[in-house]
Amino acid sequence: MQQKRIFELWVGIFVASGLAALAVLAFKVGDIGSTEVSQPYVLKARFANVGGLKVKAPVTMAGVRIGRVSGIQFDSERYQALVTFSVDGRYKNIPEDASASILTSGLLGEQYIGIEPGGSEAYLKDGDVIQLTQSALVLENLIGQVMVKLTEGSSNGKDK
Amino acid sequence: MQKSGLSAFLARRGQALSRIWQQYGGLDLFRNIGERTLNTVSRLGRATLFLYETVVGMTYLVPRFSLVVQQVFNVGVLTLLIILVSGLFVGMVLALQGYNTLVTFGAEESLGLVVALTLLRELGPVVTALLFAGRAGSALTAEIGLMKATEQLAGMEMMAVNPIKRVIAPRFLAGVIAMPLLATMFSAVGVFGGHLIGVGLVGLDSGSYWSQMQSGVDFYDDILNGLMKSVVFGFTVSWIAVFEGYDAVPTSEGVSRATNHTVVYSSLAVLALDFILTSLTLGEV
Amino acid sequence: MIPENNNLDSVVDIKDLTFRYGSRVIVDKLSLTIPRGKVVAIMGGSGCGKTTLLNLIGGRIKPDSGTLLVDGQSVPDLSKSELFDLRKRMGMLFQTGALLTDLSLFENVAFPIREHTQLPEAILRKVVLMKLERVGLRGAWRLMPSELSGGMARRAALARAIALEPMMIMYDEPFTGLDPISKGVIAKLIKELNEVLGITSIVVSHDVADTCAISDYAYLMGEGRIIGEGLPSEVQQSKSEHVRQFMEGLPDGPVPYQYPAPDYVEDLLTGDAS
Repeated sequence: MQQKRIFELWVGIFVASGLAALAVLAFKVGDIGSTEVSQPYVLKARFANVGGLKVKAPVTMAGVRIGRVSGIQFDSERYQALVTFSVDGRYKNIPEDASASILTSGLLGEQYIGIEPGGSEAYLKDGDVIQLTQSALVLENLIGQVMVKLTEGSSNGKDK
Repeated sequence: MQKSGLSAFLARRGQALSRIWQQYGGLDLFRNIGERTLNTVSRLGRATLFLYETVVGMTYLVPRFSLVVQQVFNVGVLTLLIILVSGLFVGMVLALQGYNTLVTFGAEESLGLVVALTLLRELGPVVTALLFAGRAGSALTAEIGLMKATEQLAGMEMMAVNPIKRVIAPRFLAGVIAMPLLATMFSAVGVFGGHLIGVGLVGLDSGSYWSQMQSGVDFYDDILNGLMKSVVFGFTVSWIAVFEGYDAVPTSEGVSRATNHTVVYSSLAVLALDFILTSLTLGEV
Repeated sequence: MIPENNNLDSVVDIKDLTFRYGSRVIVDKLSLTIPRGKVVAIMGGSGCGKTTLLNLIGGRIKPDSGTLLVDGQSVPDLSKSELFDLRKRMGMLFQTGALLTDLSLFENVAFPIREHTQLPEAILRKVVLMKLERVGLRGAWRLMPSELSGGMARRAALARAIALEPMMIMYDEPFTGLDPISKGVIAKLIKELNEVLGITSIVVSHDVADTCAISDYAYLMGEGRIIGEGLPSEVQQSKSEHVRQFMEGLPDGPVPYQYPAPDYVEDLLTGDAS
């Protein structure tokens, strides 16, 4: 009987520490507490090009994360990408004339949406579309433009 | 003269060939292949029936849950130390290797993310399953095989107690319970091992180690996915271990062979299943 | 003194029983009767099918043909649960004792009682101690099976076999590998359990003297068949060559000394071992 108690105790400790490890993974590693957006509302934005933006990418304002991308669709009428994202209910007062741009963290890091507030007194509501957007910078296009500039410059030089 | 020499040569060759053919059994070769195939198929069939009986036999455990508790102690608690130590070292190695690779891209800030994802998705479940097969699986097989060899299982049967319910079911269930817990602890310890190296030795910022991890790890896609894998592995390894023991030839040689089989088959099954599960989950994305 | 076949007063009734393992015939059209309340010996050389016969009676293997009745029930036709019910009334003592090595002596004896009844712990303890007392091991209840000697392990297994108060106990080689004192103890116990509790006993053994001393009737098995039967004294006096060889332990006779082999000289002259 005594021995049985010891088994039970050890198994209890074992199961408890297994569950504790799961909790650590969930909260400390998976950050389940903060990624859950509380009472979210949905905003939309159209972009000419989303680049490498992915679902679940962060949405930030002034560098602070306020929500995450919940869906990316192709709008076949306008030939644009329609990005939906949910924003934490705590950040309600985003001016109507805010602009959304797709930014890159670091030179090659992952892409996210940055929102710049405007000056309007009216605020965006659930389901509204942000009108002012700036597409992702696509590296190939940038390089292409630089090349064009460079070749133009050198040919001009030759003409002279 | 030359012609007769050639024909004699050919005749000799022919004789040699036919001798080799006879030595290796001639048609017996194909008979052997056939026999082995049939054996394998019948063994798989027995293993499936055995699994069915075991799962059905679990109703027996409802009023006798202490049997399962005791087995969780045997397969879980006694495997814990090796799992924790391995997890720590695997996490540390991942951090060292990961840092050396990431630093060339200037992305060493992502070290926490790399360590966590590798552990949660792959190494946690897989390495735990392999260690489990070596430590607990082989012990299960040997124990059951020896119980068979010493007529303990037959004795139980003659006492009108079904050994599949009394001996096999609690051990199998304990394996299925213990594996995900062990894998979770392995991953958790590994993440801290990575922190130890990444922050303590290499000098990364502790905050960025955690925050990169938190922004990149998804609870459902990564943590629960890994947990599901370890449940599948626990099921498979426990199944193989108890079946090999129960099906062992009841001699010392038979038991040692069964133990050997458990480790080999479990490892192969875990790696193959891991590939299948990974390709299934990644295929969905 | 031995009742006719199909008499209700026989515990085991076997007729024309045949069992094959692959192409090998282990039990060959064997017929025998075990009368209720007697000690019956089944003797025979190693590998003559004695243990197989016990496994057949216990329902662990199914015969290929023939009838096999235990307490009036046809064992091969029983469903699993009926078979288990029947087994609760049969005890079997294995050669090795087959004690569960992870349980103490007390728990081993308590095991069948715990499995099949719902006795309260206090009564269970009394029952187990009574069973242990019967085999003289009450003082050893704490010990683990690994701490017991061979003779003690077998006595402990016997205590476990009588735990559910069976109508019949099958002894598989109860004397093998024991010293004379332990042999005497086991023989005394078999006789006692038979006389006091009225338990029918089947003693399978190749130990002629010890077995004949305690049995009421003896069968002699050879090559899967019954080659002689009668009262132990009669069997010991039998004129049959087969019986004589076994009873007196002659090295050569109807059971040949030589394992079947090709001609000796020829075998030595051909150099091919394969």
